[in-house]
Amino acid sequence: MSVLLDVQKVTMHFGGVHALTDVSFQVMEGEFLSLIGPNGAGKTTMLRAITGVVHPQTADIHLDGKTIIGLPTHKRASLGLAMTNQIVSPFKSMTLRDNVALAVGHERIATVFKAVAAMGRSAEHKKAGELLHMVGIGEHADQEVVGQPLGLLKRLEVARALALKPKLLLLDEPLAGLNHVEAERMADVVVGINREGLTVVMIEHNLGEVLRISDRLVVLDNGRKIAEGKPETVMRMPHVRAAYVGMEAENAEA
Amino acid sequence: MGIYELSLATIICINIILALGLNLITGYCGQISLGHAAFFGTGAYVVALMAKAGLPPVVNLAGAMLMAGAIGIVVGVASLRVRDDFLAITTMGVGFLFLGIVRQQDSVLGGEMGLSGIPPMGLEKPAFLVMVLAVAALCTAFSIYIKKSWMGFAFDAVATDEDTARLLTVNVPAYKLTAFALGTAMAGLAGGLYCYFTRFIMPDDFGFITSISVLSMVAVGGIGSVPGVIIGTMLLTLLPEMSEFLSDYKLLFYGALLFAVMRFAPDGLAGVGSSILNRLKAKGGAA
Repeated sequence: MSVLLDVQKVTMHFGGVHALTDVSFQVMEGEFLSLIGPNGAGKTTMLRAITGVVHPQTADIHLDGKTIIGLPTHKRASLGLAMTNQIVSPFKSMTLRDNVALAVGHERIATVFKAVAAMGRSAEHKKAGELLHMVGIGEHADQEVVGQPLGLLKRLEVARALALKPKLLLLDEPLAGLNHVEAERMADVVVGINREGLTVVMIEHNLGEVLRISDRLVVLDNGRKIAEGKPETVMRMPHVRAAYVGMEAENAEA
Repeated sequence: MGIYELSLATIICINIILALGLNLITGYCGQISLGHAAFFGTGAYVVALMAKAGLPPVVNLAGAMLMAGAIGIVVGVASLRVRDDFLAITTMGVGFLFLGIVRQQDSVLGGEMGLSGIPPMGLEKPAFLVMVLAVAALCTAFSIYIKKSWMGFAFDAVATDEDTARLLTVNVPAYKLTAFALGTAMAGLAGGLYCYFTRFIMPDDFGFITSISVLSMVAVGGIGSVPGVIIGTMLLTLLPEMSEFLSDYKLLFYGALLFAVMRFAPDGLAGVGSSILNRLKAKGGAA
């Protein structure tokens, strides 16, 4: 297995807040890696540094052997990075199908000159329908986004990300806000995608599902990597448990 | 048609071109501009100067579009840095900057007195109306084409959520600059035609009131909707002509209308129209 994503020495400070300090990890091709840790550990910042939404003070990130540091977000996306947001962000002016079709046809909008000459959406609409069907919301394809339940919008995010035909799919809390049944279904969708060969990096707090579906875990706490390895090994490490028990105790108070 | 009706129809067509340009920037691409009159003025001044230098109308109008579009790109660069309210203030500043320059510059731009004695285009009033009508039709067709193309699709994504658009490979800066270039070039064209129509231009023709008027036409008609913008432009150009009261209190009227639309029907007349249609359809389906 070769390294698909190589993240080296990422340090990101927002003023006095040390969001990430010298974090390195690698993602193998075809792997399902989960990034876990208590709230505020720096997980989302890490994904945003990978997609180029935020710019770390120091970082060396390679995708498929090519450095992506310094590239704007849209270039990284066209190199094969897709990301779903923790807070769903569908294009509210479009139907579900159009949301996905735009991503399916992303090569047609690569430059403004291509885009102005490109007409017709039927091929992209068909493909979008297939993708929506694949994540289990095919029958809602032609509905408006506004007013749809969260579970459905979370699936839409995944379908839209897949439409880019990425090499690497970054998922930021795909199960958050879903009930038990929905979460399990969503996790199955994500695993299915990974089985078909797509490399996945997922941030998730639902430890039950994380342990069930991940090949490997990277644990962050206070912006530092505190552990990495097979799920069962990592979860047995005392300092990982401490970080988590601490978090759960705080949550119980709240 | 008498002279008055001819003039009114011509002004409506010019306003439609102007409003469709703003609709490209604000409606399609979601970038607010409160300085659209500056590009209208740029076009007018460019045509005035080139015509006085003895150049032919087609070249002058092309020059107006190029100049307005080029300045539009420069202003568009601001939209890469600032968003929403701040972009509104920045573009408003551009409008005042333009006014400041044309008011103060006496030797070439004529200062407060403006420019007069602009050579005619060589068309009688009816023929001029036909020509302006044809240009407005072309701009309408162009707007509809853009909306249907993948460029319109990408504009829609940028307008709704530019951060998500980036994640979906959309080169957001390129699309914003394109919207500004196209929209301001259309304003430049409108300005050039206006200059040939009046053959006398003054700084006040291109002030903040003009920017707000165009924005009202777009908003009342329905931001992003081509038929809506055309109807909105016709209404807002005609109403002050039909009533002296509205004409005297034009800005108050536009302001109140803008407020009412934003408060009660944010999608403008186009939105009201389509919701009535939907209701009729639903009733038809039920019966």
